[in-house]
Amino acid sequence: MRYGDVTAVDGLSLRVARGTVTAILGPNGAGKTTTIETCEGFRTPQSGTVRVLGLDPVAEGHLLRPRVGVMLQSGGAWSGARSHEMLHHIASLHAHPLDVDLLIERLDMGSYGSTPYRRLSGGQQQRLSLAMAIVGRPELLFLDEPTAGLDPAARRSTWELIAELRSSGVTVVLTTHFMDEAEALSDDVHIVDGGRVIASGTPQALASSGSENTVRFTSSPGLDVVDLMSALPHDTKVDEVTPGAYVVAGAVDPQLLATIATWCAAQGVFTESLLVERQTLEDRFLELTGKALR
Amino acid sequence: MTSAPTRLDLSPRPGSATRPAMLRAQTTMELRLQLRNAEQVLLTMVIPLVLLVLGSQADQIVDLGPGRTIDIITPGILALAVLSTSFTSLAIATGFERRYGIIKRLGASPLPRWGLLFGKIGAVVIIEVAQLAVLSGVGLALGWQPHGGVVAASQMVALLVLGTAAFGSLGLLIAGTLRAEATLAVANLVYVLLLVGGGLLVPLSRYPTAARHVLDLLPSGALGQGLRDTFAGDGPTAFATVVLLVWTVCASLLVSRTFKWE
Repeated sequence: MRYGDVTAVDGLSLRVARGTVTAILGPNGAGKTTTIETCEGFRTPQSGTVRVLGLDPVAEGHLLRPRVGVMLQSGGAWSGARSHEMLHHIASLHAHPLDVDLLIERLDMGSYGSTPYRRLSGGQQQRLSLAMAIVGRPELLFLDEPTAGLDPAARRSTWELIAELRSSGVTVVLTTHFMDEAEALSDDVHIVDGGRVIASGTPQALASSGSENTVRFTSSPGLDVVDLMSALPHDTKVDEVTPGAYVVAGAVDPQLLATIATWCAAQGVFTESLLVERQTLEDRFLELTGKALR
Repeated sequence: MTSAPTRLDLSPRPGSATRPAMLRAQTTMELRLQLRNAEQVLLTMVIPLVLLVLGSQADQIVDLGPGRTIDIITPGILALAVLSTSFTSLAIATGFERRYGIIKRLGASPLPRWGLLFGKIGAVVIIEVAQLAVLSGVGLALGWQPHGGVVAASQMVALLVLGTAAFGSLGLLIAGTLRAEATLAVANLVYVLLLVGGGLLVPLSRYPTAARHVLDLLPSGALGQGLRDTFAGDGPTAFATVVLLVWTVCASLLVSRTFKWE
């Protein structure tokens, strides 16, 4: 997908299973929105194939659109339209829309129902945009940064709604640059940078697939670290960084911890302050892209 | 008394509304937003009305040529009403719809592209019918005497349809290619220029010959003069009809090639 000389999304390949939540995670300018808008049929790829629910989003868009809910990153409402009115309007374009009043209550939009769109706060506009995406009871939902600009409470309730959508059988594809969001919500995460998928997997698998995690423990000084290493998987390293302070670097799993404890017990020493430093998705992301998010 | 908890059934049940339902919803929405917008009402209703009332006294300021002033001014005001609604108002509204992602949002909904277009046409036609009713009513009250009877009425409808198509396509051409602010500026500028010197209100025979040759070819001159000729009982010239037709065909072809939805 190119804009002039700039290739925004290049050889990006991903697959989404029905009934799951997929997060596309990446820094600004990574190609998240371009990817999602190509799936929505707003952009025609110069090469490659996109199939959404088995349909070509451009050529068969008329068949696809009724089945898909879309939350744009910004805008999408007349500045003079009241939020209830806007939601009713989108509902009226669908065959079996959600009950608009119930949806307004669920999303706590009642207090600004008759406020024109241009006077809504950023967070309120986000809520309306989310409501417009789900009101048509889609089977597939594209959410472009659904919680950007939300306060923590609103963010939490958006997460709950997304989880509820998933358990109701809706497939959700969302973009985000919040790690915790991807970790909390998604079955699959695709980390995108420079228009390519650089890592994919479950949040847990991604977080643990990176460089080694560490375990720190304190015990008696001068333990035989070579002997400990021989008890551990052979790619594990043990160092006594300061007298009595040990760092074990390797693939940290419960078995490893048990082995360390057993070995210390066999030496007749206590293991104190056993501290596991697991890599988070954020660490993994930094490692992969060399960039902080945002 | 207990009320049922507000449980939403979020399970998928997708589908589009019927085409007539979508079209009705879209037209109604467009219409409501237009009527709520004070500038649009000023443009489409208040200005033509004021100019009609003032214009009926215009003979004290400018010489509109032979004939009763009100009979010359009223058809021109109807042409102005078409310009304001189908060109200026449509262009500005569409330009800002592009800018604020509404066209994109609706493009992601079940509403097809033609639904969006027909919703606009529907709203324009309804506003024009209201303009026609009010302005011709006031014109008649001020002493307008249209000639030509049923024939003139049907010629008027044909001219209004053609004029709306020509100006509407031009409006969409601007809105679909320029930025919203530029659209706003151009649409208003063209409105003022055509109002003052576009052959809408003043008969083409009152213009210098050189200017007249240009105005003959403009949709404003063709529509204004066509309507004046119609209500004089002569009917529009074939030339005026062809001019409007050519503008419509050219502009709508260009719109279909250049219009960007976002």
